[in-house]
Amino acid sequence: MEAAGILARVREAFPDAVVADDAQARDPTVQVAPRAVPEVLAFLRDDADLRFDFLMAVTGVDLLGVADPPVLRVVYHLFSYAHRHTLVVRADVPRDQPQVPSVSTLYPTATWHEREAFDLLGIRFEGHPDLRRILLPEEWQGHPLRKDWVEGETALGYSTRRSTLMGLLRGASGPAKGE
Amino acid sequence: MTDMDETLPKTLLQPTEEDGEMVLNMGPHHPSTHGVIRLILRMDGEVIREAVPDIGYLHRGIEKVAEKVGWAGFMPYTDRVDYLGAMFVNHAYARVVERLLGIEVPPRAESLRVLADELNRIASHLICLGSITMDLGAYTPFLHGIREREKINDLFEEWCGARLTYNYMRIGGVSFDLPEGLRPKILDFLDGFEVFVDEFNRLITWNEIFVRRCAGVGVIPPETAVGYGLVGPNLRASGVDFDLRRDLPYGAYPDLEFEVPVGKGWVGRVGDTFDRFYVRILEMQQSARIIRQVLQRLPLGPILGKVPKKIKPEKGAEAHVRVESARGDLLMYAMADGTEKPWRLRIRTGSFNALSILGALAPGMMVADLVASFASLDVIAPETDR
Repeated sequence: MEAAGILARVREAFPDAVVADDAQARDPTVQVAPRAVPEVLAFLRDDADLRFDFLMAVTGVDLLGVADPPVLRVVYHLFSYAHRHTLVVRADVPRDQPQVPSVSTLYPTATWHEREAFDLLGIRFEGHPDLRRILLPEEWQGHPLRKDWVEGETALGYSTRRSTLMGLLRGASGPAKGE
Repeated sequence: MTDMDETLPKTLLQPTEEDGEMVLNMGPHHPSTHGVIRLILRMDGEVIREAVPDIGYLHRGIEKVAEKVGWAGFMPYTDRVDYLGAMFVNHAYARVVERLLGIEVPPRAESLRVLADELNRIASHLICLGSITMDLGAYTPFLHGIREREKINDLFEEWCGARLTYNYMRIGGVSFDLPEGLRPKILDFLDGFEVFVDEFNRLITWNEIFVRRCAGVGVIPPETAVGYGLVGPNLRASGVDFDLRRDLPYGAYPDLEFEVPVGKGWVGRVGDTFDRFYVRILEMQQSARIIRQVLQRLPLGPILGKVPKKIKPEKGAEAHVRVESARGDLLMYAMADGTEKPWRLRIRTGSFNALSILGALAPGMMVADLVASFASLDVIAPETDR
């Protein structure tokens, strides 16, 4: 189905949940309220003309300094094997309360993708069966893909600063020249 | 209970002594985990009750690195995402930036990209196939695979100077033209390769012990495969007839003729370990066919398009691209903020999705079958962890 047609169907089905849409973008995009994400995705997956059966990726993006008020964005890339069309669904959640319902019961693949977005950006997916860190160690502090994340002097007990070869020889570990 | 147990999901922490179950740690340095991946298994005797993959040992924060080094400097890092298929990640990254900037790639560069991709696909599949046989106890086929792949590494070395981390593609084209005298060498390799595939099939594919270890093991039905986001050969082995190169073609692929092998349950059931193995064998043959076509009609002309001096996609621009890598549909999603650095670059790899199905696939299996199924999913640890 054409991008405009897909977006019209979504608007028609969820007049209150759709915040914005763009058929002219490089990838047709619809933005919805975070609360409505599971029902919108369920509709997109099950509607016979849409059949978005493949959730390609769940991506977290920090829009600190870009959007006002600052938000974390959750982006869902969808593809339909049956109809060979693509749609991007996104939802913005407040940075201080980044909560969005999980879609892991709709798409099993989301289980790991949501864990990754939780791990790297601290987005909380409500109803997720197993929301733990996935890439970083459990004892890691903070969420590195957030724009205000600052690398500490040490991480997990190791220095994050690079020492020069001469410094190592002398037993000192200071920042390398020019850094 | 050690400190490590805090990182496990709660189900694994329930007492296991009464019912005779035990928790077994497989990896992170188990020979069959191909890199550093840890599987935690709850076992009832020889039967797996629960399997929990623990990943992240090779996480290098590559997406964060992209935000630091900028659009122009990121290409070499893409090699490190998938060390057995660096060309595909090169290709995906080049394409996502080209899409953001609207850069046109000259036809010769597009053909050279396909040539590089397909050679790389053969090399990667050889390792995968060899590893499957090795994990099942047959060492010789692995060495045969490595020997052939070594020839491809030699070709790449002569072509772009690197054997593994090629950094070959550029935003807008490729870095080196096909060197004088490489074309006959590639053709020589293909002549030998086609003989090799027959030999490999006689050596292991139809070997009765091997067939029995793979047939009907680790069956993934098509709906499950789609639900867990399996891609590439893993998806096609489950009977889903989809290949980006044919169905959403990019670059020079629309002009090329090839078939897309799909799992047929050759010796067991559709979507079993053997299907995943044999689909890759057939894919290598198709890759060889593509390479011959590309060499036959390589367009003349420049190898680099018109690229602005500074790579600065407009503020707010975002796009995603997909490339059919050796491990399937590789998605890259980029968002620009108008500077020379990406605001966000997301890399979704085939291995990540493939590993996520293991928790659903393993219960009820024997450990030996888990090893076979896991090997056939072709998971590359740096690709899951990035």
